Amino acid sequence: MSDPAITPQLVQKHNLTPEEYEKLKGILGREPSYTELGIFSVMWSEHCSYKNSRPLLKTFPTRSSKILVGAGEENAGIIDIGGGLAIAFKIESHNHPSAVEPFQGAATGVGGIIRDIFTMGARPICSMDSLRFGPITPLPHEASTLTPERRQAMANNRRLFSGVVAGIAHYGNCFGIPTVGGEVYFDRSYEGNPLVNAFCLGVLRHEQIARGRASGVGNPVFYVGPATGRDGLAGAAFASQDLTDESAEQQRGAVQVGDPFMEKLVCEACLELLATGAVAGIQDMGAAGLTCSTCETASRAGTGIEIELDKVPQRAPNMTSYEIMLSESQERMLIIVKKGREEEVKRIFDKWDLPWAEIGQVTDTGRMVVRHGGKVVADIPARKLADESPIYQRESREPAYIAEVRKFTLAGVPEMTDPVGALKHLLAWPTIASKNWVYRQYDHMVRDGTALAPGSDATVLRIKEDALPVLSAELAASGAGKFEGERYIALAVDCNAAYVYLDPYEGSKIAVAEAARNLACTGATPLGVTDNLNFGNPLKPDIFWQLKESVRGLGEACRAFNAPVTGGNVSLYNQSPDGPIDPTPTVAMVGAIEKPEHITAQWFHTEGDAILLLGEPVDSKDPLLGLGGSAYLHVMHGLKTGTPPRCDLEIEKELHLALRALICSGSIKSAHDCSEGGLAAAIAESCISRQEARETPRPIGATIDLSGLEARRLDALLFGESQARVVISTARNDAVKVLERAKLLGVPAMRLGTVGGADLIIKSAGAEYKWPIMDLYKAWWNAIPDAMRD
Amino acid sequence: MNFAVLQFPGSNCDQDVVHVLKNVLGHSARLLWHKENSLGDADAVIVPGGFSYGDYLRTGAIARFSPVMAAVTEFAAKGGLVLGICNGFQILCEAGLLPGALIRNRSLQFRCENVYLKTLTRNSPFTRSVPEDKLIRIPVAHGEGCYFADAATISGLKANSQILWQYVNAEGQATEMANPNGSIENIAGVCNRARNVAGLMPHPERASESILGGVDGRLIFQSILEK
Repeated sequence: MSDPAITPQLVQKHNLTPEEYEKLKGILGREPSYTELGIFSVMWSEHCSYKNSRPLLKTFPTRSSKILVGAGEENAGIIDIGGGLAIAFKIESHNHPSAVEPFQGAATGVGGIIRDIFTMGARPICSMDSLRFGPITPLPHEASTLTPERRQAMANNRRLFSGVVAGIAHYGNCFGIPTVGGEVYFDRSYEGNPLVNAFCLGVLRHEQIARGRASGVGNPVFYVGPATGRDGLAGAAFASQDLTDESAEQQRGAVQVGDPFMEKLVCEACLELLATGAVAGIQDMGAAGLTCSTCETASRAGTGIEIELDKVPQRAPNMTSYEIMLSESQERMLIIVKKGREEEVKRIFDKWDLPWAEIGQVTDTGRMVVRHGGKVVADIPARKLADESPIYQRESREPAYIAEVRKFTLAGVPEMTDPVGALKHLLAWPTIASKNWVYRQYDHMVRDGTALAPGSDATVLRIKEDALPVLSAELAASGAGKFEGERYIALAVDCNAAYVYLDPYEGSKIAVAEAARNLACTGATPLGVTDNLNFGNPLKPDIFWQLKESVRGLGEACRAFNAPVTGGNVSLYNQSPDGPIDPTPTVAMVGAIEKPEHITAQWFHTEGDAILLLGEPVDSKDPLLGLGGSAYLHVMHGLKTGTPPRCDLEIEKELHLALRALICSGSIKSAHDCSEGGLAAAIAESCISRQEARETPRPIGATIDLSGLEARRLDALLFGESQARVVISTARNDAVKVLERAKLLGVPAMRLGTVGGADLIIKSAGAEYKWPIMDLYKAWWNAIPDAMRD
Repeated sequence: MNFAVLQFPGSNCDQDVVHVLKNVLGHSARLLWHKENSLGDADAVIVPGGFSYGDYLRTGAIARFSPVMAAVTEFAAKGGLVLGICNGFQILCEAGLLPGALIRNRSLQFRCENVYLKTLTRNSPFTRSVPEDKLIRIPVAHGEGCYFADAATISGLKANSQILWQYVNAEGQATEMANPNGSIENIAGVCNRARNVAGLMPHPERASESILGGVDGRLIFQSILEK
């Protein structure tokens, strides 16, 4: 089969602009071959090159004394956690594939991020997922007037939700990694463009860090893992364009098919191989497959690489060089082996019954040379391809809607007439409701490390010795790899995208602050952040403005919490024909917990315990009293507007410090932050979220007295989402002491009430509201399972 | 006691079992690769959970042909103690060492959550240390844990007290709500006629340390250890 002629149309089909094509020709000094055109097209896609976002990403804080491998250096960042141990973690999107084929799209998203972690030499020990879909149920006021079109759209949203969760469960459960949590939001802006951001974390000893470098001229290059097929052709390029019905249909073939069993074997074999010391460099074949792994490893090492495509194991007959280079078949690794130690590689991969092939070698030419059928089909300077993609400073303009948002006041929002109904509606709104339907499908316990399971503010993992990769004989003999005792880490992933939409800068600060607050609630101190920037089309100035403002807020907040960004992912072009998604900079934060006795959950424990609030009940400086962008306005009034709550990073920091100090003093029995649904939802969740076993909730009531508070509006007091607030409980006798200590630590604190009884009772000035606690539990626990039964 | 913990390609609870036997209970345990033909000096065998061979074809259907399974069959025939957990239970059923089969959960979804078990008989090496009337709180994590057997097999199991554990609610009743997978008679685990081979879907190795939320699972390992 002869290659097609390179025409302007063909260049355009490869998402390269005429200017980019000229740059490409300049690099080569000639016209590209068809294979080379394909190679440049994927490497210069946003997914691989960050060409539209790189100048912004450079503003992130990326350094701290604990960073061992920083952002952008390798496949994932690595942070020191003490005791000679380190963690590698990263988040990555698989949005477009999941829109087209939710099960495989999500599954391979999980597979890809797991590979990024064991590529670093770390043993993957947990994963999380941040998910966004269109609404799966109508809002209360929509229920009676739902059109057939809306009903159909919601059924489709449920199909995507169900498929994505099943795909994540399939891959993670079979691989044997606990999926320990995440977040799920439902909003109209994600209809037709769901978001699937997969996070993975692994652990290793400092000495075990592996590099994605093709170092050592003359070293052989090995391909390991299953054969290359036509699946996932140019997936990275597909992810870097707007999603339309037509593109989705055409691109179904761009979605890869995952095999978690194969990945488990590849992971175990790679960790075993790394322990031999025979590996000079290692990289997974993720986005842009063989292309990306070869040119990036050569670029990082400052070497060249030559490969022979006839030696690449192939699943389909007559594959062209273009197809082999661009395939994104899963579970494949590129390994650069120290010359003379090839037999060790073969022995280990044979033990695991895994295919391998020696496909080339490292050279000193600085070029990536690809041969097929005796001919050179690509010959490109590796560094220019991998690291010198075009970089754009896009035009940025504040979108028109922002002025409208700023004009919004509460004057037009009628006073609340039915607080009892409102709390039930909020708890049953799928974004707030219990996610048990999701995490009960994930094996969240395998590997015996899950100390605080999904269902609380953050998840807590303990790291025990067998969580670490195989120790090399050399390290074992020197005693350097000695295990010094278990460690504890907490993880959370957060982003309230409604806030980000309404004010990208402030909303992005909140995403970071909320993640840090969730960690603080479990007793953890932040170590670092990986972020996933999900935005619309960056060529549109108002979208680029969102991105720019968001990055400014993220950077500022990460600096405040001393949580450097260790890497992440940018997913642009998240638009369906209905428009862009709400800008969604997902923030995954990892923190350290000093002692196991500090691990704190969100639920109330014992009758008679005191309930306290840390932080101001309502932010009086906020003209919207925390109702801007709130779940309350959305669910009860159908509004997504108003300036979101203010995020004062100094106040947040003091709150988190005080909360951790109180937790370490041993007097805190539960801690839960106020987020969507405000104070009332936080208290209710603390009452109803304790679960002993299947069908065995342990809800407990509470009596709350807010009558002493001056409340300009009851809706703001109960459901406003002012930041920097945490509901805690203590033994009755500790309450006074804790209040005093909190004030000494510079944090406002007040007694809210007492745990106990079968009802949640809230007293406000002149009124008392009462909910049987089982009613609230059922509304919250069953909302998503009931919706998914339809 | 010396435990051999089998390791198939795709086993993923193997290290957890070794961790509990060694670090929590202080016994000797080693991983045994599926291509081995001998169990060595093992006093008892644990077939751990996971997705052996990716659960392709049918859960446990390929693993039963691994060389090590011939050694396990021989060991069991001589009265050696064999416990299968989750995928290990599925493998032992496929290998014919235990009656019945495990099919897809009735919900058609994977389920990972804590359940309560009632121990129906203390007359077995796997249940003898469980206190009378004690409910065991323990996690399940499986997609294919619905125990199934024909009526004759079930009545045989009952007649010979081979049903070791049932899913129950917190009050100890074997209700439909308490059953996470739709198993016949809420069966969570069974043993063979000779009572030296047993299997259960729940994971005792995940309920053996207080930091993981409970220690009831130790009762099952302690039963094996009790002489």
